[in-house]
Amino acid sequence: MEKRVTFGRWTIGILFAVPQLLLIFTFFYWPAGQAIYWSLTLQQPWGGGNIWVGLDNFRSILANADYWNSITASMVFAGISTGLAMVIALVLAALTDRQLAGSWLYRVVLIWPYGIAAPALALAFRFILAPEAGFMAVVNQVWPGFWDPGLDGADAMASIIIAFSWKYVGYNFIFFLAAFQAIPRSLIEAAAMDGSGVIRRFWDIQFPLITPTIFFLLVINITESFQDSFGIVDIMTAGGPANATNLMVYKIYSDGFKGLDYSGAAAQSIILMLLIVALTIVQFRFIERRVHYR
Amino acid sequence: MVERTPILNFFTHLILFAGFVFCVAPFVIVAIAASHNLKDVNDVPMSLLPGSDFWVNIKTAWTTADLGPKLLNSFIMAFGVAAGKVIVSALTAFSIVYFRYPGRTLIFWLIFITLMLPLEVRIVPTYAVVANVLEPYQTIMDLTGLSWLIEKISGVQVQLSLGLLNSYSGLILPLVATATGTFLYRQFFLTVPDELTEAARMDGAGALRFFVDILLPLSRNNMAALGTIMFLWAWNQYLWPLLITTDQSHAMAVTELKQLIPNVGGAPEWHIAMAGTLIVMLPPLIVVVLMQRWFVRGLIATEK
Repeated sequence: MEKRVTFGRWTIGILFAVPQLLLIFTFFYWPAGQAIYWSLTLQQPWGGGNIWVGLDNFRSILANADYWNSITASMVFAGISTGLAMVIALVLAALTDRQLAGSWLYRVVLIWPYGIAAPALALAFRFILAPEAGFMAVVNQVWPGFWDPGLDGADAMASIIIAFSWKYVGYNFIFFLAAFQAIPRSLIEAAAMDGSGVIRRFWDIQFPLITPTIFFLLVINITESFQDSFGIVDIMTAGGPANATNLMVYKIYSDGFKGLDYSGAAAQSIILMLLIVALTIVQFRFIERRVHYR
Repeated sequence: MVERTPILNFFTHLILFAGFVFCVAPFVIVAIAASHNLKDVNDVPMSLLPGSDFWVNIKTAWTTADLGPKLLNSFIMAFGVAAGKVIVSALTAFSIVYFRYPGRTLIFWLIFITLMLPLEVRIVPTYAVVANVLEPYQTIMDLTGLSWLIEKISGVQVQLSLGLLNSYSGLILPLVATATGTFLYRQFFLTVPDELTEAARMDGAGALRFFVDILLPLSRNNMAALGTIMFLWAWNQYLWPLLITTDQSHAMAVTELKQLIPNVGGAPEWHIAMAGTLIVMLPPLIVVVLMQRWFVRGLIATEK
């Protein structure tokens, strides 16, 4: 869509875009280019600039068991937390959309967790799930040694998944509810007149009509699980125990800023960037379809 | 509701109530734990009746993590980022929608692509840029021979350097650029009737006047939604402030939480930690509760 009426002096027009252009050049494109440059070079230990090493950094990363461990951890984290957050949100939104008495309360409250900073909720869950105080301690009293995120990698992974899912249930809920409410009531009523029950209507009418939202949220949840997990991991597990929760962004941060391995961190950033680009392309292809859909 | 389904209704209420508890329980537990003393908070199971030390704990957490100035920093940063995003993206969208000039589509795509470059994947080089924001320009001048030329002509050696580590600008500026905000405005501007523009031009208004007096007042809803979302987003930033502020005077409330995690060897002071968590949670929660309408609208609109 284009405007029919525009302002003539296009030099002024460009001026309006200059602040944004300066910002994205300085803080997006330059660093991204720098990351590519670093990932293809190696800093010499005694200074004297970077030497060109081609794809060696990528090779050494991909040959590194720690990196594959980090990818696996990220995938497990993304898969389970996305699944949990979406299924719970879908059920809650579908039920809220039935608009029984008191459903306004859920519409208001279920959104709250999304406003909370990841590190703050991480600290809260670190206490709630602590093995020696809080609530999992009760379980530990019955079965000693059942739960210890400080020592057991699976427990640590479970903790960060719970914390992340808790936040994103609220987020997904907003979108699912909006999608359900966009379905014309007349469709539901017509189906009910034809004698279909609530569950039948859900699977045959509502679910197919919200599939675009499901795909959309799937992509967003996975991308966010790469990005927004940093604060949760840093506060709850710091990547431990034994690298069990060393997710990709956390590894970039620790390799780059603690290990000072800029080239390695840059190469990892590039790989993560490619992953996100791929996901974004999937999302936008799909959004094109969604526009035609309605 | 279309038909009477008493059994299903019962389960609907049951499940929704479980979801309600699931969402609210962590807030309640944090608040209760923040009201206990050291012994009670470590009781297994912890008593769910509030203790009497709430204000003492809040005060302790406040002074331990020095939350007063940190909250102020968080406010300055979140407000700066939100205001910056609202203004910069409005300007850009105005330029893209209301002017015809060569390279307009290129600008659109340049902004679009930034969606795929989240801060988390370019932290290391962005950090290097903020350490000296003029470095990109210095390098370009060096490479193009411009600095050589200037040195020859004026005898001044060009040495551009401006470090933004440990400053509000370093915290705020890299977060201000926004593709989603720009698209939000663009969508809205496209729905503004052309007749308005024609009328304004006939009355002799220039581009700037039209923008300030007509377009901005019309997009008030947009601004509120975008501002709310971006304020929360900026308030909740963690990784960036953690890197940029090595100096305590610019630290954020959210990054300070780390100081409240009970040490492995020390006393398990969870009551203090939870009091601190509560303080840091509260401002965004208040914004969500008060601005819910804008928050929801902003979320749904920016992600489209």
